[in-house]
Amino acid sequence: MQIFINTILVGLSSGAIYSLMSLALVLVWRSTRVVNFAAAGQAILSTYIGYEAMSSMHNYWLSLPVAILAGAGISALVEALVMRPLAKRSKGTPVEAIAPVIATLGVLGGIRSLAGLIWGNNFIQYTSPLSSKGYTIGQTTIPFSPQNAAIVIGAVVVMAMFAAIFKFTRLGLALRAASFQPEISRLAGVRVDRIRTIGWAFAGAAGAVAGALVTPTSYLSPNSLDLLLVSGFVAAVIGGLESLIGAVVGGVVLGLGFAFILQYIGTSVTFSAAFIILVIVLLIRPQGIFGRRSGREA
Amino acid sequence: MTLKVEQLHVQHGAITAIEDLTFTINEGELVTIIGSNGAGKTTLLRALSGLLPVSAGSASWKGESILGKRPEDLVRRGIVHVSEGKAVIPELTVAENLELGGIWRKDKSDVAAATAEVLELFPRLGERLKQGADTLSGGERQMLAIGRSIIARPQLLLLDEPSLGLAPLIIEQIFAAIDALRHRLGLTVVLVEQNAMSALSIADRGIIINLGRVVGSGSAQALLNDPALRSAYLGY
Repeated sequence: MQIFINTILVGLSSGAIYSLMSLALVLVWRSTRVVNFAAAGQAILSTYIGYEAMSSMHNYWLSLPVAILAGAGISALVEALVMRPLAKRSKGTPVEAIAPVIATLGVLGGIRSLAGLIWGNNFIQYTSPLSSKGYTIGQTTIPFSPQNAAIVIGAVVVMAMFAAIFKFTRLGLALRAASFQPEISRLAGVRVDRIRTIGWAFAGAAGAVAGALVTPTSYLSPNSLDLLLVSGFVAAVIGGLESLIGAVVGGVVLGLGFAFILQYIGTSVTFSAAFIILVIVLLIRPQGIFGRRSGREA
Repeated sequence: MTLKVEQLHVQHGAITAIEDLTFTINEGELVTIIGSNGAGKTTLLRALSGLLPVSAGSASWKGESILGKRPEDLVRRGIVHVSEGKAVIPELTVAENLELGGIWRKDKSDVAAATAEVLELFPRLGERLKQGADTLSGGERQMLAIGRSIIARPQLLLLDEPSLGLAPLIIEQIFAAIDALRHRLGLTVVLVEQNAMSALSIADRGIIINLGRVVGSGSAQALLNDPALRSAYLGY
């Protein structure tokens, strides 16, 4: 029984990590209908900036808002300087749908190289004051630490905050409208370009939270969030790609799936397990857990 | 005169979609633009609302040029375009689609008043406020698209094929609503339609275009009574 509970705890904490990256991907998807593979690169860059802030201020908690602001700014710049001109230039061409996705892969590579040039390819410790040692209950140490708790809380807070913005504010309505029907939104008076940049900034902030919370559990290098990107993408698709709650639930489903496979099957199938879980979920529910089917054709 | 279009020229790549198009529309008039498929009707509206670039000519609304402006800026100047194809956002609810119409407006009490007026005109929308717009029928979607445009408090309404794909009874209701709105709000309306009979039945004037040029114009009644035009554009 203890092993079962421990497996669930491991699954929940890793699921929360995937959820954070998944949220960053879903936020961009909801704003511009683009799968942003550069999310990992943007998160890496903002985490390095957070690391620099911590090095100079000697305070992890003060470095966190610096990383978040940097993440938002980097993401907004990527949208304004790369994605927006690209979308305009590729409009009506055969590569209109695929060009933005390829561009995000290019941005990912570019940011990685830039990080390598500035900070080198060494593993850097970006430590938080929270312990990564599991809580002790009675005589037993469980595989769930204060840092894991911070990650879970971070994922829930980010999800709740952005879900509230999307659902209850005019900005959220404009973000949703601009992503679904940019032309109709423009004709309704929505400043679509500006709104899209804000959507990317939100996603960059979410990715920065992911980077700053997750990195203390391992290390920082130009490639250290790559696997998280894959897991975040799978989690986002499982959740329906559209839903912020789905992003978190998708992350948790993936985290739990990984944990049980690792515990009861073995490490040899770990990487392929993500895609097996993805295929199983999509076969049962093609629109993802929280995705919606299209409505009446009229 | 309030809408003045002079020698307008619009290119689609190598194709000339509109050539030397000139007309004027007076304040409070409802003018229908008639023409066959490919005549340039939709292109004209898209150019006037800032969706398409214009290669030559001029267009002004109340003396100020409207060319080269973005659609979202023209909306703030009272020029609202309801594009063809039941222009709603299916992924949003009916209430959210309506809210979108006034999203940029600061006068929230007038947005609420305008929304109430729309719901009075189209009570079916009021019954479906929480439904997704994708669950609406074609006619209801068109009502929603027009309703959303009214919440922006337009002065000049550009309507593109509001009858497209609708049943005759629904078309009648939509045109009656356009006529009522136009009189109630003192709107200037440019109505692009292939359903020329219905459009002329509520219009003051008609302008006939073919291959991007004006080939005829006159009062709605005169056009309805012109045998040559009836045969060419009204099909009887």
